[in-house]
Amino acid sequence: MVLAAVGVITVRNPVHAALFLVLTFFTAAALWLLMEAEFLGIVLVLVYVGAVMVLFLFVVMMLDINVAKMREGFMRLLPLGILVAVVMVVEMLIVVGAKTFRIDPPAPSPLEVSNTKALGNVLYTDYVYAFEIAAAILLVAMIAAISLTHRRRAGTKHQRPSDQIRVKRNDRVRLVKMKSEKK
Amino acid sequence: MIPLTHFLILGAILFSLSVAGIFLNRKNLIVVLMSIELMLLSVNMNFIAFSHYRSDLAGQVFVFFILTVAAAEAAIGLAILVALFRNRQTINVQDLDELKG
Repeated sequence: MVLAAVGVITVRNPVHAALFLVLTFFTAAALWLLMEAEFLGIVLVLVYVGAVMVLFLFVVMMLDINVAKMREGFMRLLPLGILVAVVMVVEMLIVVGAKTFRIDPPAPSPLEVSNTKALGNVLYTDYVYAFEIAAAILLVAMIAAISLTHRRRAGTKHQRPSDQIRVKRNDRVRLVKMKSEKK
Repeated sequence: MIPLTHFLILGAILFSLSVAGIFLNRKNLIVVLMSIELMLLSVNMNFIAFSHYRSDLAGQVFVFFILTVAAAEAAIGLAILVALFRNRQTINVQDLDELKG
């Protein structure tokens, strides 16, 4: 998993980076399954690998990017990036290595309810407001994504209802005065 | 059995890797977005580990909401990216200096 994450940030081609990210998510989902979070593990695979990664790949392939130009400055920033990463790892290891976190795993929970059912029980009772807010966030995200990427093409035909209502008789009918024909 | 510390160390390594990824690939906006996803994954990993080891379901509920918000964020980020690319023909962060005085 760590190797896959390294691949995400170092590989040259963004498509390969996205595929490494898929690998990372898969391993994470497997670890979550091991930690008895079955529902979330499967949701991770479905939502992330299925939807978000396809979205990433789609965008990567839709925008043709000059990859070589993107890479300049990579070697220059490499020491700084490694330094920051190592410092952060060491700091977090010092915190995490404390005795407080040496908890042994609990006994495997007896299977009276499935993980999904237990999660649903909590989600729809204690956290129902947060759940509704999440729904609203998703709706806003959907509208935002559509309105950001929507563009009005030139040459398509649209209805303009206000013009249709405001139309006068003279706009539609033209009376032509002419003499009557003689036989 | 695996103690909790190992999962926390894994989360820490993932988080640091994604921070390094933002540093290294800061020209390429797509990879920066991927690094942010990785960061959220590491946070979720910690949440799930604690939830498992404390036998508390609240952590998993939090992970659920984080996943929701992360999906929304990815969608909006990519939409902004597409709109940006249409207008400027680039996603290089250093070309985006319109607001510079």
